[in-house]
Amino acid sequence: MNSLVSPLVTTNRCTSEGLRPQDLGRQLAFTRREFLRAAAGLSFGSGLMASSLLPYTGIPAKRRKVVVVTFGGGARDQETLAPEGQENIPHLIRELIPQSAFFAQVVNRGILGHYVATASLATGRYETFNNFSAVPPENPTVFEYFRKDLRRPASDAWVVAPSNGFHRIGESGNRHYGAGLGAGVILPKRLLAAALSGKPGEHEHLLRDNYESPYFAPELAGHEFELQQLDAILNLSASDFRAHALTLSSPDELSVYIARRLMKQLAPSLLWITMHDIDIAHAGAYSLYIEGIRRTDRLCAELWNTIQNDPEYAGKTTLFILPDFGRDADDDGGGNGFQHHRTGDASSRTTWMMVLGAGVRAGRVFDRPIQSIDLVPTVGALMGFSPSLSQGTPVEELL
Amino acid sequence: MLPAELTADNFDGYPPEARKLAVGSLSVFRRLPLTFLPNLLREIIEYDFRFPSERRTIEKELANLNSLSTQETNDWLSGFARIRLSPSLEAMDWVSDPAQFVEQLSAFLWSSQQLDDFRNAAVAYGDRLRKVVPADSPPAPRLGIAVIGKGVDEYEKPLFQKLRSYGTYFDRIKPENGLNTLLNAVTARAKSLPTAYGHWYVDGGQAASPHPAVACISYAALGAARVALSARIRNEIEKPGIGPEKLRSLLARMRPEDLGFSKEGDPILNRFQLRILTEGSGTQIFSTTFVQWTAREVLRRAQPLTLLVRFAPRQRQKPMNALLLANPANAELDPMGSLVDGDMGAYYNWINQRSLAGAEQSSFLAWFENHSQAVAIGPSMPRGTVSTESATLANLLAWMA
Repeated sequence: MNSLVSPLVTTNRCTSEGLRPQDLGRQLAFTRREFLRAAAGLSFGSGLMASSLLPYTGIPAKRRKVVVVTFGGGARDQETLAPEGQENIPHLIRELIPQSAFFAQVVNRGILGHYVATASLATGRYETFNNFSAVPPENPTVFEYFRKDLRRPASDAWVVAPSNGFHRIGESGNRHYGAGLGAGVILPKRLLAAALSGKPGEHEHLLRDNYESPYFAPELAGHEFELQQLDAILNLSASDFRAHALTLSSPDELSVYIARRLMKQLAPSLLWITMHDIDIAHAGAYSLYIEGIRRTDRLCAELWNTIQNDPEYAGKTTLFILPDFGRDADDDGGGNGFQHHRTGDASSRTTWMMVLGAGVRAGRVFDRPIQSIDLVPTVGALMGFSPSLSQGTPVEELL
Repeated sequence: MLPAELTADNFDGYPPEARKLAVGSLSVFRRLPLTFLPNLLREIIEYDFRFPSERRTIEKELANLNSLSTQETNDWLSGFARIRLSPSLEAMDWVSDPAQFVEQLSAFLWSSQQLDDFRNAAVAYGDRLRKVVPADSPPAPRLGIAVIGKGVDEYEKPLFQKLRSYGTYFDRIKPENGLNTLLNAVTARAKSLPTAYGHWYVDGGQAASPHPAVACISYAALGAARVALSARIRNEIEKPGIGPEKLRSLLARMRPEDLGFSKEGDPILNRFQLRILTEGSGTQIFSTTFVQWTAREVLRRAQPLTLLVRFAPRQRQKPMNALLLANPANAELDPMGSLVDGDMGAYYNWINQRSLAGAEQSSFLAWFENHSQAVAIGPSMPRGTVSTESATLANLLAWMA
């Protein structure tokens, strides 16, 4: 792992502020709850106030759909949920959070690198592979459980992801699952690179990549496989794709465009979209980090509107939005504030999750600690499959 | 090899001063856990190129460790001793290349889920060390200055929001000749408080000529080094099998002359600038990041009495490869975004200055260049207040003194 992501551990830079990490995590959750109560009118939920998907919606498990969006790159409270940050997420605050069940203390105890952390989210176990290796997750992914247990075709589970290593995230190396049972993975930047035949020109801004290791930016190379994906899966000609891409402003906009196209063409029951624009923070430019947050906020709202307005999804889809992890606190001497997620401090490990749509009792905030690996067993309980190797626990407030 | 097996010969590859220090501390080293010692060696191996304040810190830490009995040493470092290491880490040449070991240790701690244990051990050790060996008080109150917003004619949103609660916000500053006023103030302090590497000026563009007693670093002056580094990076990443970790290791081994730094120049300053460019993420491509990271490292390492930083417009965002390839002379600039970067950077400068000894007496001034807004923080400046008084920057400096 690169020390740009992992901490260069030091023995003399760490400071304690008198609170243990778990106390800081609770404090973060408490302040999030108070911010949300004030800004979005949420009420404090109790773990005993569980919803029940079937009686609440009348939707049997086999017809349910789940969309997972990782609020990519990770963002901190002071730029999002705290009073001074709420101007950056107007869509979440005004539109989405009031319709959601909001979990204010989601703890990631794993490696804080984006590919490995996203893989941990997708497997329900803390994966331990090298963040910069193009390897599959070691443990079965949510896509494999879904397809194997429910006998779903390959067209029913998809991942739309940034391209730095994420192309292996669709299926694991587990010999009981793995090959042929995973999700299709679409890497929009590679699609675009293929459609452009290596001449970025006016599309250059859509090919930004690999923020975690700014030094290392291998050329994106699209090829025949990506062109086939465009034609056969997305029903999109290279020229139409190029033309539409010119109307977009960032790689995440490109990802959402592709996700919508997938929803229209295949209507997958399990769709996973990894946002990444926010991670420009690694280059240290605060204004670009804020731009990324504002864009991701808008794109989340657009996705939710798409779900609401598409008959294949409306009324039967549960949307999960969560960062893969946070970013370092300003006052941790081992880090450099918003720029990285190196320290493993409470700010970088503690994040949130909002859940909207089918089966969700809206307008409640829960501040008991849950873990990011609880996502997979929760999705499993909602959709009716059994993620037997996951180490997480289903979130009972959603079941 | 384990620390208990260390001999003086193991340090033959160290620079002269570092070797002398290490050999003189052998008996201490042999008692330290392997999870701890390479971190210390990472500091010591660069001893010849460290700033005076860093040297004193290392010496005091070694003196403290030397004063501890074996039982006390075990007690101080028990958290580190409980960390499990892999055989491959134990087999590394951690004496010759402690930085590489620490990098591998970092990855191992994450993957073995021992990072929190290590972090707790480091916090406990650091807290205990600071109690026993407090940092030196500065000979005079520190002064930090951040100048932001070069090239921005108008900006309607409020600035210095994060700093205002700690000091007094002024919105009727007379900006005329402001930068010269600040540079002159830095020069005056450098003359009246002569200290090696005690007074600094960091500029995100072309630096004004500072007094020789002021250490000066600028983004523009490092243009040739940045171009050389970008070319080296481009060359390396085109090689098959290279990845971020190998690239990182390669950068860590670079010497100042690899980037064209003159051998006649100040070797300590040259080494410092090399580290800024090879260790700082984004310092090669964005001048605002360069300034913020340099200021952070100046404060952390040199612990200066005076630090003036001036943010200048950075280039607009592009794909990383395009940024690395870009000719700095032709880069399209983003003054407005750079103002926002600088506003946050000024806040980070103050946080980092506040973490140094003598924080209660230190002062900090942030100014929107050629405009009327500034915030002044210091013992004499009321917190969370707004002043509508018309004033010059010289007035502010006098009030803060």
